Amino acid sequence: MSEDSTPTEHDSGAVRLVHPGERIGAHDGVEAGHGIRRLNGELVAMRMGTLREDGKTISVDPLSSRYVPRAGDLVVGYVEGMTNNIWFLDIGASFNAILPMSLAPWKVEFGAVREHLDVGDAVICRVQEVDETHSAVATMKGMGLRKLKSGLLEEIPPHIIPQVIGKGGAMLQSLKSLGQSRMVIGQNGRIWLDGEHHGMRSIRAALEVIRETAHLPGLKERIDALVNE
Amino acid sequence: MGYGDYQCMDENGIREDGRKADEMRPVEIECGVVPVADGSAYIKWGKNEAIAAVYGPMEAHPRKIQRQDRAILDVRYNMAPFSTSDRIRPGFNRRSREISKVTRDALESVVDLELYPRSKIRVEIEIICAEAGTRCCGITAASVALADAGIPMSDMVVSVAAGKCNGIVLMDLNKPEDNYGEADLPMGILPMTDELVFLQMDGDLSMEEFQLAWDYNMKAAHEVHAIMVEALQKRYGGES
Repeated sequence: MSEDSTPTEHDSGAVRLVHPGERIGAHDGVEAGHGIRRLNGELVAMRMGTLREDGKTISVDPLSSRYVPRAGDLVVGYVEGMTNNIWFLDIGASFNAILPMSLAPWKVEFGAVREHLDVGDAVICRVQEVDETHSAVATMKGMGLRKLKSGLLEEIPPHIIPQVIGKGGAMLQSLKSLGQSRMVIGQNGRIWLDGEHHGMRSIRAALEVIRETAHLPGLKERIDALVNE
Repeated sequence: MGYGDYQCMDENGIREDGRKADEMRPVEIECGVVPVADGSAYIKWGKNEAIAAVYGPMEAHPRKIQRQDRAILDVRYNMAPFSTSDRIRPGFNRRSREISKVTRDALESVVDLELYPRSKIRVEIEIICAEAGTRCCGITAASVALADAGIPMSDMVVSVAAGKCNGIVLMDLNKPEDNYGEADLPMGILPMTDELVFLQMDGDLSMEEFQLAWDYNMKAAHEVHAIMVEALQKRYGGES
């Protein structure tokens, strides 16, 4: 997916937790990444999280965060309201995304938006563009983008989505082998499951394990242990 | 001297609750106590108890309060009606408005607000049990809750207070010492740089007394900071 970095646990066994204001040292020639700032020549952590060092940059992987939309993200949104030609979608970000009727997959009459999507409906959509104040425009034109009519949605903090997918989709494969179920992972931390009851239950249990322990080493082993049970 | 014949200290220099002059009440902090909040903290400070919860960043409403270049902090300090022996009328009053304001000002100096334009970060502080020093308790809990919520900050504000009772400078006044005492000096300190982001003073202190109270506060701030960090790390099951 759009996350190209590897989570800390793969780099080495040890995880260093940092808190806001913590001094990390001078590290000359190293760039301050996300959640790090250089103050008086010293690197300072700006948020709670685990430290990640990859040669040129040092950054903090947050332990809790809100979804920040980026163009191209696949997300699951809930319809929160509408005007004559626009839906407002809650995509879990600070601001609602707008879905104009021109970007819906149907031929929508002006003023008849409610006939296609009503308040409370869930949709799989894609973030089309985001402006500098974080307002987003969503689109439902594209492969697999649709209104959700069955299944259930599980929420996971968005920053651990890369771990739900795993290296080369390895974690996703493990999860899928837990039960017969379709899965769509939204970058905003909403995961759509649809399938046979027991399978969905096992997957939800595994997602709970990921949610609680994603920042600790050995996540893959814990999930594989569940698969082998 | 204060009014009445209250004696805050015995001849051995031990206070009523067994502390020495520069000693704090025991502090315990726990993170993540409000599961639906983005970040939260529970603090027990002597007999004071408070919960702070952080929500956001979220869209600021109504629109006129939005800032195009930064987020706003919406801090609400509130005492539960049952938090003191006299029932407190629910809702805002002059005192809670003041404390909400000073808390907001203290936190604004560390939170990286420019990252979230047009947004609002809601900080709710609820005092469950009050025994002198609730504003310090609230600010400290709010800092931990903000860190727990993953809000970028340059440091965590630690708030502690020293005061004076029977002409003796004391760290962290308890209820009788506060009631019969002559002065109170709450401070908000950034422990990494020893910068000051908040200071209030009730009553009078001489220069020497002020210096002593200041030194007590600075020392105590680092003790409380260690407890805050420990609470945050415990929440995520790791050590630094």
